[in-house]
Amino acid sequence: MLAAIGSDSMEGLLVDIPKALRIPRLELPDGLSEFETMAQVSALAARNKVFADRLTFRGGGVYRRFIPAAVAAVTSKPEFYTAYTPYQPEASQGTLQAIYEFQTLIAELTALDVANASLYDGATAVAEAAMMAHIHTGRNEVMVAGYVHPEYMDVLRAFSEARGIKVRKGSEPNAKTAALIFQQPDFLGLLVDAQDLTRRAHAAGALAIACVDPISLAILAPPGDYGADIAVGEGQQLGLSLSYGGPHVGFIACRKDLVRRLPGRLIGSSHDAEGRRGFVLTLTAREQHIRREKATSNICTNHSLCALAASVYMTYMGAEGMRQVAEVSFKRAHALADRLAALPGWDLAFPERPFLNEFPIRVPNGAVVNRKLARKGILGGLDVHRWFRELKGVLTFTCTEVNDPRAIDELVEAVSQ
Amino acid sequence: MTEPLSFEKSRPNVHAPRLPDAGVPGAEPRDLLPNELLRSEPPALPRLSEPEVMRHYSKLASMNYSISEQFYPLGSCTMKYNPVANEVAATLPGFASLHPYQDEDTVQGALELMWRLEQALCAVVGVDRVTLQPAAGAHGEWTALRMINAFHHSRGEARTEVLVPDSAHGTNPASAALSGFRVVEVASGLDGRISLADLESKLSSRVAALMLTNPNTLGLFERDILDIAELVHNTGAMLYYDGANLNAFMGVCRPGDMGFDAVHMNLHKTFTTPHGGGGPGAGPVGVKADLVPFLPTPTVERANGHLTLDFKRPQSIGRVRSFYGNFGMLVRAYTYIVAMGGDGLTQASMDAVLGANYLMKRVEGLLDVPHSGPCMHEFVASARNLAPHGIKALDVAKGLLERDFYAPTIYFPLVVPEAIMVEPTETESKPTLDAFADAIADIVKEAEENPEKLHHEPHSLPVGRLDEVATARAINAYLTGQSEDPILRWKPVPKEAC
Amino acid sequence: MAARLYTKSHEWLTVEGKNVTVGITDFAQSQLGDVVFLELPNPGRKLEAAESFGVVESVKAASDLYSPVTGRVSAVNDKLAAKPELINSDPYGDGWILKLELAGELPKDLMDEAAYKAFAESNA
Repeated sequence: MLAAIGSDSMEGLLVDIPKALRIPRLELPDGLSEFETMAQVSALAARNKVFADRLTFRGGGVYRRFIPAAVAAVTSKPEFYTAYTPYQPEASQGTLQAIYEFQTLIAELTALDVANASLYDGATAVAEAAMMAHIHTGRNEVMVAGYVHPEYMDVLRAFSEARGIKVRKGSEPNAKTAALIFQQPDFLGLLVDAQDLTRRAHAAGALAIACVDPISLAILAPPGDYGADIAVGEGQQLGLSLSYGGPHVGFIACRKDLVRRLPGRLIGSSHDAEGRRGFVLTLTAREQHIRREKATSNICTNHSLCALAASVYMTYMGAEGMRQVAEVSFKRAHALADRLAALPGWDLAFPERPFLNEFPIRVPNGAVVNRKLARKGILGGLDVHRWFRELKGVLTFTCTEVNDPRAIDELVEAVSQ
Repeated sequence: MTEPLSFEKSRPNVHAPRLPDAGVPGAEPRDLLPNELLRSEPPALPRLSEPEVMRHYSKLASMNYSISEQFYPLGSCTMKYNPVANEVAATLPGFASLHPYQDEDTVQGALELMWRLEQALCAVVGVDRVTLQPAAGAHGEWTALRMINAFHHSRGEARTEVLVPDSAHGTNPASAALSGFRVVEVASGLDGRISLADLESKLSSRVAALMLTNPNTLGLFERDILDIAELVHNTGAMLYYDGANLNAFMGVCRPGDMGFDAVHMNLHKTFTTPHGGGGPGAGPVGVKADLVPFLPTPTVERANGHLTLDFKRPQSIGRVRSFYGNFGMLVRAYTYIVAMGGDGLTQASMDAVLGANYLMKRVEGLLDVPHSGPCMHEFVASARNLAPHGIKALDVAKGLLERDFYAPTIYFPLVVPEAIMVEPTETESKPTLDAFADAIADIVKEAEENPEKLHHEPHSLPVGRLDEVATARAINAYLTGQSEDPILRWKPVPKEAC
Repeated sequence: MAARLYTKSHEWLTVEGKNVTVGITDFAQSQLGDVVFLELPNPGRKLEAAESFGVVESVKAASDLYSPVTGRVSAVNDKLAAKPELINSDPYGDGWILKLELAGELPKDLMDEAAYKAFAESNA
């Protein structure tokens, strides 16, 4: 090949690099065979403690659920996972149609007009929605009501600070408020009065942004029904593994009149000269590669493969399957809550507030409780005092369809000892 | 052949998959929750059986080009082959089944992997620390600019401008603007190399940073990089490296040694994590000592063989993503680096440069190559020699799709008219490069003999060229209330009353 | 009909007394390609000369629109919302974008047809 190029050595191709910059070698160990590589990587994996599905009672935004085998069978197809961003639509119809179906599924689930092709995660979805509200209303503050996921709050603050937007806590929006943001169910698992919060936002001329749990929407009123302007959320529960927090998938849906403010990719239906239907990336003039410094957002990626997993999950389960999953989780969580609250010194932190499948409970000593549980191979509740000073001694426990009744017995027995 | 939508294949009498019974006593949600909190109508999701689901997605898969089947010479995108072992590693239960809120003592292997990956990336690019949190390249750019902003603030300076070459990737100015900076363009010469004179005229005490990629978007090394760094640093500004083109010189030279203060890397380009049809990727950012206090929280720390997450970093810019980034992507990149080693990564860059130069030689004479002479890992050709036949870069791209190759990046960089940007990567063999060059020769021949045929390619793919203008206008019609069809989602056609 | 004047940002304008009509030039529409959307101000808004007042989008590009004069928006071409393609088919006629009520003098750097033609060719 060098001869064809007309160079006598590789050095001849690197002439533009100043000599002073050349390094003698890359200071890393030499490469390994696949067998040795996997042995080394597997050894690291083995140093982690994996809790059984049925014995995981910790949530906090990432949940263990049943993942149909069909999901991995689809996402591990190399035609999907090794494809590029669908910039050449004729050669990318598989990805494009799958995302178009994802957009439709999310729009149906949230009962809003349009959803995008996905975002990085729930946290950045909240932040992007806040930026949309800021641009749409021309107002420079966003207000966050109640217990929104603390890490979403951190990301929202980082995004907002960069754009000179103030983040306030509260549920009394005013003429400076671009959006009122709430989470349903909230970070502790409690249900909020989404209707009332939406009404308050609109009364102040602000947008209502609902951060929602996608499984819950099989049984809970969807944001479109109570009039929220933007719905966002984390899609991990739709067929994605925990994976130490990522990659997962953020989603965002909105009312028709906000579509041009949506960040990220959008797929639309189209047709070719012969009238065959196809799908294309559209409204791209909003995006960074054309608008450059005037773009709505700098996001260039969507989490396509994770969105594909979510689509397979929703298509496989259907509305009926998702409803069953939500109901089973609800009943088991309530059964667990009843039994834990009956223990001496254990009290529901907000006994008057309804919840779905995650709930906060005040315990005598959270660290001791979780140590006892860990000894039995159980991943216990999440200590939320770490984020909220007023919640000293409060753990949140979660139940899903994978926590069978016997697992609940085991948990209660372990903490009773 | 096209495939109906899952919604169109839906059959109302399909049962949901069998799921466990609750198996515990207690009331249903509708008995315990206030009615206004409940959904009145179930969402209209499709109802398909498992075989129907599998066939639907198998059919969709067959309508994609992918690196596992086609050559993807996409300039600036570094579409390398994605080793299968990476996928196996990421799905090991010891990684895939970890909850992000497990106690540190139970995730020492995961933290060790993140720490080792950070060390390896530091070695490749020549920086002091790396944050693995950003989810993508653009997210990394933004994170780096937030750190640079915090650095200037900590010194009592309010610097408001970021310099970006006119040939830069579109994410650069967008990230700068969203970080609160005013974007000032710097002119580049015809070879895409930055104009030192223009740079000097734009530098001032208002400038926070210059964003640069090297090699530049024409695949040429910025020979003056040390002078550029000196100019930038003399005014107190910082130098930012867009890592899109890092594959050009691993083991040969390092951005840190060139004077870059912050460096983002795309694990989905240089370190073989799959593109997934548009994500997830990962965009770690490396920084020199001056910027270390501003890294996002948490960082991974190691002392006496024990690993911890450090949340107490008072000068940190905060958190840019939930949890610890796209961990599954970090596992894949780490696996790749272990397999390749220092020697393998160096060889990869050498092979990438060799392949690009070889392919450039073969394409010269078929298409215009405005900057001959050695390139780095990619080169830019131009279809302007086909203009007399009415053929544009777009037609060449579509002609390549017809010939079973993915198309190169077209119309970028903007400084070359009818640009065709080719990056073969090291994972492509000489026979593949030759076959690609032969396909270009065939397209040029067709352009000369039968341009009308070329205008209508591709015709052996599931669809031909799609009418993007009609799509955009139909969306406009929907958004302005002239049409009921949202275009951006499927909507059932209301049944006529009979 | 008053003679058209032109800006360096490729808007045209005609001036009749205090009434100024603004659009984008044939050259500008041909560079943009098929226009699919315009973002325009509401009547009544005051604009400074060279102030950005909106955006014109095609499938492949987006371009800011700049007011050629200082004045108040008196009318916006409502037809463009439904038929943005008028910008391509009739840039100097039905594709007009807005009307302004001129405040003060015309800026000095406006070009006549011949000067604009030379300017556009040097930018092509």
